[in-house]
Amino acid sequence: MALKLPIYMDHNATTPVDPRVLEAMLPYFTEKFGNAASRNHPFGWEAEDGVKLARKQVGDLIGADPKEVIWTSGSTESNNLAIKGVADMYKDKGRHIITAIHEHKATLDPCKRLAKMGYDITWLEPREDGLIYADQVAEAIREDTILVTIMWANNELGTINELPEIGKVCKEKGVLLHTDATQAVGKIPVDVNSAGVDLLSGSAHKIYGPKGAGFLYVRRRKPRVRLTPIIDGGGHERGMRSGTLNVTGIIGLGKACELCRLEMAEESARLSKLRDKLDQGITSQLEHAVINGHPDRRIPQTTNISFPYVEGESMMMAIKEIAVSSGSACTSASLEPSYVLKALGLGDEIAHSSIRFGLGRFTTEEEVDYTIDKVVTAVKKLLELSPLYEMVLEGIDINAIEWGAH
Amino acid sequence: MAYSEKVLSHYETPRNVGSLDKDAKNVGTGIVGAPECGDVMKLQIQVDDSGKIVDAKFKTFGCGSAIASSSLATEWIKGRTLDEAMAIKNTEIVQELSLPPVKIHCSVLAEDAIKSAIHDYQEKNGLAHDHADETEHTKA
Ligand SMILES: Cc1ncc(COP(=O)(O)O)c(C=O)c1O
Repeated sequence: MALKLPIYMDHNATTPVDPRVLEAMLPYFTEKFGNAASRNHPFGWEAEDGVKLARKQVGDLIGADPKEVIWTSGSTESNNLAIKGVADMYKDKGRHIITAIHEHKATLDPCKRLAKMGYDITWLEPREDGLIYADQVAEAIREDTILVTIMWANNELGTINELPEIGKVCKEKGVLLHTDATQAVGKIPVDVNSAGVDLLSGSAHKIYGPKGAGFLYVRRRKPRVRLTPIIDGGGHERGMRSGTLNVTGIIGLGKACELCRLEMAEESARLSKLRDKLDQGITSQLEHAVINGHPDRRIPQTTNISFPYVEGESMMMAIKEIAVSSGSACTSASLEPSYVLKALGLGDEIAHSSIRFGLGRFTTEEEVDYTIDKVVTAVKKLLELSPLYEMVLEGIDINAIEWGAH
Repeated sequence: MAYSEKVLSHYETPRNVGSLDKDAKNVGTGIVGAPECGDVMKLQIQVDDSGKIVDAKFKTFGCGSAIASSSLATEWIKGRTLDEAMAIKNTEIVQELSLPPVKIHCSVLAEDAIKSAIHDYQEKNGLAHDHADETEHTKA
């Protein structure tokens, strides 16, 4: 089969909808269009039945009771609801929250807003391997700590934080644990009970479901978690999130979760093999290339590789047939190295030229082979062009040079 | 970001990539930029007895526009006298490559690299150079 270009290697950003998911959704746009809150006629019942099934499909994937699933528009909303909702509900108990500096913006920014409102935030720093460990959390917990929010898997690195250990620490100390599991759900086994998680965010579009649908798991027992809603209205979702349910999106999210649950073992085995091949293929041919983050404690689909002495934007240009995410956002004249990579202690010049490869359900071995080839060729060409690499070959320490201000 | 045809051409097949012997007396070397800023350019010239640039080479760590700017610079200065090369303005590079405003700094860096290589050559050879030539960069 001929290779189709461009190749999509950015599945941590989003995924295509699985045709089976789409098929499950379609009737709910037309024949089954009812409002799930319409209790007094069959149109509403039909929609509600679909939503009920979806709740079970989500619950089954994460080991939760269906009643503990609150529908949202995605993980950004779920994180906001969890963090701001807990902060407000428990403000008389304390105003201290623990998180980490390399969380997704959808966690960082709600925490920053709370800081402005007078809450005290502890920002944990990852160890060199990109992980947050339970002992760091234990050390940071105080009398007035009301919430720990630490993501399950990091979106840029794919690294998996020390869960369930963090959950255990939180349980022991009686502090609520929220985890942004957007990058973990459906990819690795996630179980809210064995991980000691009280609130968990997930999003459909990362797992072959539609965009604009997500959920927040909210524990109902031991302890019963309460939240102040951020959207008030008709009192849907046990009053935690008002608004007519996005039935089609919810049906898609449910189906996506079911497929992930049934196919996870096989899919993750296949993808981790391909991911390892990609890592191997690149690092064995490029001696300076380094894998960022813990090499083993990672979700199986993702790898983040730095290419020292090569500049990021030119690198992206050289592999433009491959859709990847670069470690820097080149929205302006000066590149902004990723705060996640900087959190690992990577120098600017290395953070500048890091690439996240995100494999997915429809990635083929052929595509991986092509990617290896393209990347290796591109980096070799750019190294040939790089004055920094030349200096390194001559034995000059480029960090010792006083570069002109600019 | 969309690149112009000319930037792409220089990026895909950069002209005059390489290095000259930086210790040779008839070679001038300029290194400008900084890794933190995402661009470092090295530009070298080889000058004959009559003061004409007979060869030029570059290596650049930077985006496609930086690579294209320095590649173009080497093309332009080959065959010129030092004075002629000194007169090249970053705005001419901007124009030739159709650089967007956010990439103007690449052309500035290329102009700096030419001047820096010429100064190095002049210093090595005990030639006084005219500081008045170090004019302000005009923003395109
Ligand atoms: C870890 C993490 N959290 C939150 C989000 C935001 O999710 P959504 O797009 O569903 O709002 C993303 C996706 O970009 C993510 O990777």
